Amino acid sequence: MFTLLQVELYKIFKRPRTYIAFIAIAGLIGIIQLGLKLDGDAYVNFVMSNVEQSFTFDGKLLNGYLVCYIILQLLLVHVPLLIALVAADMVSGEANIGTLRLMLTQPVSRCEIILAKFTAAAIYTLLLLVWMAILALFVSIWLFGTDDLIIQKTRYLVQLSKDDIFWRYVGAFGFALLAMLTVAALGFLLSVFAENSIGPIVATISIIIFFTILSTMSIPIFQKIQPYLFTTHMVAWKEFFDLKVNADNTALKGTLQNKSQIVQSAWILIAHIVLFVGVAMFVFKRKDILT
Amino acid sequence: MKGIKILWIAMVALFITHNSNAQDETALIEKVKQKLDQVHDYVATGRMKTDVAFIKAPVGNVKMYYKQPDNFRLIREGGISILPKGGVTVNLNTIMATKSYVALFAGNTVTDGFPTKIVKLLPINENNAIVLTTLYIDEKNLLIRKAITTTKENGTYQINMQYGRYSNLGLPDKVIFTFNTHDYKIPKGVTLEMDEPLTDTDRKKMQQKNGRVEIDYASYTINKGLPPGIFNN
Repeated sequence: MFTLLQVELYKIFKRPRTYIAFIAIAGLIGIIQLGLKLDGDAYVNFVMSNVEQSFTFDGKLLNGYLVCYIILQLLLVHVPLLIALVAADMVSGEANIGTLRLMLTQPVSRCEIILAKFTAAAIYTLLLLVWMAILALFVSIWLFGTDDLIIQKTRYLVQLSKDDIFWRYVGAFGFALLAMLTVAALGFLLSVFAENSIGPIVATISIIIFFTILSTMSIPIFQKIQPYLFTTHMVAWKEFFDLKVNADNTALKGTLQNKSQIVQSAWILIAHIVLFVGVAMFVFKRKDILT
Repeated sequence: MKGIKILWIAMVALFITHNSNAQDETALIEKVKQKLDQVHDYVATGRMKTDVAFIKAPVGNVKMYYKQPDNFRLIREGGISILPKGGVTVNLNTIMATKSYVALFAGNTVTDGFPTKIVKLLPINENNAIVLTTLYIDEKNLLIRKAITTTKENGTYQINMQYGRYSNLGLPDKVIFTFNTHDYKIPKGVTLEMDEPLTDTDRKKMQQKNGRVEIDYASYTINKGLPPGIFNN
């Protein structure tokens, strides 16, 4: 199994396509950081204009933690597309170039092959997120320094003390990994059905875009189905950046407002991963490999 | 004719009484001012608690800098301070820094258990940011227990003060600012959040239009000078 995994990882990282995602993320984060470094105050003033009617802020509003939050908010919608490029190619790519049949002549079970391929896709996803964390969090801290994090939620504004933020990012990136693994599992499942890469990649991207739109529209009929869409639960990483208040409306450091929501969303995403990989394994075991 | 004479005498008496009252209150204000003027500058430390319906902020340690006549700055130590616009800077010293004003007696009352005189302070200068201030003055101790200030641009503020260790200098141990707030709402499409059902407590909180900032002063360093450029930011 370990040898299979090594082979799969070798195949992933030998393809130039794999590095597109790393370069794209570095480029996007770099552009956002450059823009905020040059004209970040204007951006923050624009975003905070709603609150600045009544309040003034004294301190470094534009700091590394806020920049990382802005980057995550912008990129975690688009990173699934980059993950689909690799995950949706795992099986279909080999079917396309004709190496799948050859591979199955080896003395390993189809289940092992599927598991090795998915684990390789998961490692790729993990590395992509680690890369994103290094650039978005650590480089932003280096460039912009640290201070409290002020986040605007739909109904209120949250101030997180700077000594109460780092663990939240660890949690948020951990949760983001689960969300991205769900995307990887979906792309992987679709790749089992196809004989070329384009179909499953486009299908995965289309499903993500379609579900994300449904998840974010505040229309009553869509709101009824939103809890059943995995894309709704993919944004639960934001719950790490909300805290409880006591009876005096004082925020309590180190707390989470909706811990149960995070746990529930995490389980729903895990269930989707297991379901998608399980179905992929079931289909692949029964599939007549002709290419 | 006799009736007109009586009416004239009554009006003149009323004018003299009213004028002498205003004079008396100016004297009282001047006495309070003299007491506050003993403090040329101070650095104070304390803890600030913000209670606004749509803000979740932790209690933070703050440092306050004051220099005569009306320079004031509050800095949250190791963090960002969220302050009501123009509110916290409208402190006692800045109110009392108004040079030309009319002080009118408006009655007596009891504030926080102390007998106080209500004095309306009207700035003469039309360009003054403060339109009207109502002071609740503890005449015996020459302390302002409560002040309600209406400003041109930032609404009305109420400042309640509790005194202790530094009452001889007119510096409070605790200050509570109460102010008006605007509505707050950002579309879900912008924040990209999950839907959360509104509870009754949430609805009640959202209807609350007043905010409070409480500052508990821990220490004052008085008339020892200030770091250079502290009011520049």
